Amino acid sequence: MTKKLVVIGNGMAPGRMLEDLFDKSPDAYDVTIFNAEPRVNYNRLMLSPVLSGEKTYEDIITHGDDWYETHGVTLHKSAKITEINREAKTVTSENGITASYDKLVIATGSNPFIIPLPGHDLDGVLTYRDLDDVERMIAVSNTGGRAVVIGGGLLGLEAAAGLKMQGMDVTVLHLMPTLMERQLDPAAGYLLEKAFTDLGIDVLTEANSKEILGQDGKVTGIRLEDGTEIEAKIIVMAVGIRPSFDLAKSCELEVNRGIVVSDDMRTSDPDIFSLGECVEHRGMCYGLVAPLYEMGTVIAKNLLDEEAIYEGSVTATKLKVTGIDLYSAGDFADADDREEIVLRDAANGIYKRLVLKDNKIIGAVLYGETSDGPWFFDMLKKETDVSEMRDTLIFGQAFQGGAPLDPMAAVAALPDDAEICGCNGVCKGKIVETITAQGLTNLDDVRAHTKASASCGTCTGLVEQVMALTLGDSYNPDAVAAMCGCTDLSHGDVRRLIKAKGLKSIPEVMQELEWKTSCGCAKCRPALNYYLVADWPEEYADDYQSRFINERVHANIQKDGTYSVVPRMWGGVTSSKELRAIADVVDKFDIPTVKVTGGQRIDMLGIKKEDLTAVWSDLGEAGFVSGQAYAKGLRTVKTCVGTDWCRFGTQDSTGLGIRIEKFMWGSWTPAKLKLGVSGCPRNCAEATCKDIGVICVDSGFEIHFAGAAGLDIKGTEVLGTVATEDEALEYIVALAQMYREQGYYLERIYKWAKRIGYDEVRAQIMDDPEKRKGYYDRFVHSQKFAQVDPWSERVSGKDKHEFQPIKIAQMEAAE
Amino acid sequence: MNAQTQNWVDLCELTAIPQRGARCVEAGENKIAVFRTADDNIFALEDKCPHKDGPLSQGIVHDGCVTCPLHNWVISLETGQAQGADEGEVQTYPIRIENGNVQIDIAKIMG
Repeated sequence: MTKKLVVIGNGMAPGRMLEDLFDKSPDAYDVTIFNAEPRVNYNRLMLSPVLSGEKTYEDIITHGDDWYETHGVTLHKSAKITEINREAKTVTSENGITASYDKLVIATGSNPFIIPLPGHDLDGVLTYRDLDDVERMIAVSNTGGRAVVIGGGLLGLEAAAGLKMQGMDVTVLHLMPTLMERQLDPAAGYLLEKAFTDLGIDVLTEANSKEILGQDGKVTGIRLEDGTEIEAKIIVMAVGIRPSFDLAKSCELEVNRGIVVSDDMRTSDPDIFSLGECVEHRGMCYGLVAPLYEMGTVIAKNLLDEEAIYEGSVTATKLKVTGIDLYSAGDFADADDREEIVLRDAANGIYKRLVLKDNKIIGAVLYGETSDGPWFFDMLKKETDVSEMRDTLIFGQAFQGGAPLDPMAAVAALPDDAEICGCNGVCKGKIVETITAQGLTNLDDVRAHTKASASCGTCTGLVEQVMALTLGDSYNPDAVAAMCGCTDLSHGDVRRLIKAKGLKSIPEVMQELEWKTSCGCAKCRPALNYYLVADWPEEYADDYQSRFINERVHANIQKDGTYSVVPRMWGGVTSSKELRAIADVVDKFDIPTVKVTGGQRIDMLGIKKEDLTAVWSDLGEAGFVSGQAYAKGLRTVKTCVGTDWCRFGTQDSTGLGIRIEKFMWGSWTPAKLKLGVSGCPRNCAEATCKDIGVICVDSGFEIHFAGAAGLDIKGTEVLGTVATEDEALEYIVALAQMYREQGYYLERIYKWAKRIGYDEVRAQIMDDPEKRKGYYDRFVHSQKFAQVDPWSERVSGKDKHEFQPIKIAQMEAAE
Repeated sequence: MNAQTQNWVDLCELTAIPQRGARCVEAGENKIAVFRTADDNIFALEDKCPHKDGPLSQGIVHDGCVTCPLHNWVISLETGQAQGADEGEVQTYPIRIENGNVQIDIAKIMG
C-alpha cells in the first residue's frame, strides 16, 4: 500500500518540496494538503508586483488546480488544521476533516508581527503577508488618500512603492536610522531613502510610533512619540514575522523561536518534518525563499530514505521595486579581520561594496547596478579565492581579464616625512603607518595612537585628509560617534531603543542591540546602567559593578586611593551639633584634611576605604546622610540667606533651596547636577552659572538653566518666571526629568539643552502644562525608589565585606 | 625559597568576590587585586596601575580587563599588559579555585 504523506500548509516551501518529491518518485506517497487559505499555491515573492498593478493574481500562481490533479494530490482549501494526534497519526481540520499519515510535513509559515500600539485593532490597520492583504490594500487605494507603512524593511518598502503606484500618498515610518539596516550598510540605506523620496514617498527614520488614531472604529492617522501626527486611511504594519508554531507546540513538538528541526529537517518526532518560515534550524529562522527551497529538497530526499542533510544557508535579497535596483547578500558588518572594496559613482547613483575575509567574498551590497549580484553571490557561496582578480573585482564579471588599475595613483603629493602635527611632531608617514598597522578608522583613535591633533587641534583637518587618503571610502568623518567600541550605535540610538524595545537589563540591551563584547566596557556599562535606572526606576535593579568606583562606594576616590566624604548640608545650612559631630569624626579617624566646598558643605579628605562604613555610621548617628558629592546625580543646592536675614532679599531663598534639595536628593542624572537659589538679582548664590538656578524677584521666581562654570564658562538661559514657590519647584523638577530622559550619559545639562534647543526646552516646560505634569509625575515616581540613603544602607550591612581588604595571615608571620 | 616552590593559601570563598568585581588583598606590604570576571574566572594583579599607581581593585571589570578608576587605563587581567595605545605592565600572580575557595600562591609574592 502506498504510504500517506500529509502536508499542513500550501506555501512556497512545501510546493517546492513536492515538486522535488514527484520528480524523484511520483508514486511513493499518497499526498494530502491542508491549506488554511482558500487558494492554490502562488508565489508570495510576487505579491508586490500584484499590489503595484504590474501583475495579477493569475500571473503568480505556481501550481494551478490541474497540477494537483495530475499528481493525484488531494488539496483541502480553507481547511485549517487544529489538531495533530501523534499517537494515532492523524490530523484534524477546523471544518472537521480527519486524515491519517505515515509522514507529516508541517509548513505553517509565519505570522506578521503586529505592534501592540493603542489602536492596532482599528479597521484599516493591515499587514502585508498574503493575497487577502493585497486585495484589501488595492480596494482602499482606489479612493486615494494617505497610507502609512510602519517598517522600512524589504516588505514595508515594497508595500510603500506598490501603494504609491496605486495612487496613494505614502509615508514610511522606520524605527532605525537607515532603511533595511539588516540587509544594507548605512551608505546604501541612505541612497535607498533618497530614491524613495524621489518617488514621492515620505520617509521618516528613527520614527517611534506611539498611537494609532481612529474615529468610529476606523483608522484616521498615527501619532509618533515626538508628538507628530500623520493622517492616514490605512496603516500597513510590515515590521517582521513570527514563526507560526502554535499547532506544533500543541502536540508537544519541541519549539523555540520556531519549530526546532535537526539537520535532516525532522522535528522532535521522527515521522514529522517541518520546513519554511516556521522552523528553527541551528538557531536560525529564515524569511527568504532560497533557504526554504533548499530545505524542501532535503525533505524530499529524506522522505525517500535517501539520507540528506541541510546545513543552513547564506541568503541574498533583492528589492522588488520598479526603478530601484538593490541587491544584498551575506554578512557585511565591519570587523577587524575583514577588508572591503567600495565603488561609488554619485552622479549615476551607483554604490557597490564587497566585504572580504581571507581573500573570499563574505558579503555584497549593490545599489543602482545589480547585474553582478548573482556572480558575487555565487563566489560567496563557493568561497572562491578572489586574490587573482581582486584589483578589478568590484567592476564585475564583464571586466575580468582587463588591465588592473592602480588605485593608489592619486595619493596626495606630500612626502612621508612632511610634518602634520607641529605640537607633537608627527609626520605623515607615521600617521599612515599607524592607521594601517592598528586598523584605525576614526579620529579619536588616531589621536590616541599617534598624538597627532591631540594637543591644540589646529591640524585636525590635515589629519583627516591623511586618514581619508589612507582609508579610502571607508572613512566617514560625519559618522555619528558610536557610544564606545562595543557598539556602532550612538547614545541617542541606544536610549531610544531601550525604550522602544522595552529593554530592562544590561545583558538584554547587549543581546538585543548586538553588542560586540561579552560584557561591555568601562564606557558603556555605566551609561547603560544610568539609562536603565532612569527609564525603568521601578523594575531595574541597579548594577553596582557597572558603576564607577565613586558611585559604588559612595565616596570620591583621590589620587592616592583614599576617599573623601561629604555629608549633605541642606541648602548649605548647618548647626553646632552637626559641626561637633563632624569634628568628632575627623578626630576619631585621624582625617588629614577638612575643606569647605564650593557647594556650601564640608569635605573630609584622605579616608581609608576600610574606614568608610565606620565614618558613615558616626555621621549617620548625628543625622547626616550622604551628600552624593560623588554622583552623576543631584549634588548641591547652593543658597543665600534670603529674606531671613538679608536686607535686600525678596523671597525665602534658603527655604526654597532646602525644599528643592529635600525633594530632589538621591535622583540620578546623566551628569552631575548643581543648583543655586539667589534671593535677589544681586545673585550671591551665583545661580546664573549653575545647571539650574533660581533668581528670586519681588513678583516671583525667575528660573534659569544650562549654565556652566567648569571646563566651559557660560551664563544660564532664562527658562521663564513663575509666581509661587510651588510652581518653581514643579518647573525645576520637570526640567530635571526632561534632562534625565533625554540627556546622554556624562552630557551636562548645558550641552544637552544646546543640542536639543533652548526654545524646545521652554516650549515643553513653560508652555505645555500636560508635558510638564508628565515629567513631574515621572520624577516623583522615580524618587520613590531613588531616595534611599546609601550610607545607612551600607552601614546596616549591605555588601559590607567589600570594604574590608582580605589579609593573608601567613605573610604577616613571615615578615 | 626559590621560584619553583609553591605555597597556596586560602583567601576567601569565590562568592566573597562579586562577579565583574574585585577584592583587595593585603599581603604584608603588598596590595594585590583579586578579580572575578562575569564567567567566573579569577585573576590576581598587583593593585597598582602602571600609569599613576591607581588601585586597580576599584576599577570596572569588563570581559578580561579592568579599567583603572583614576585615569581609565585598561589593563588585561590575564597578562597585566596595558591595552590600546597605552604602554605598561602590572605584575600578575598565580591564583586558582579549589573547592569553591580562592587560593593564591604566595611563594611568588614573598620571592
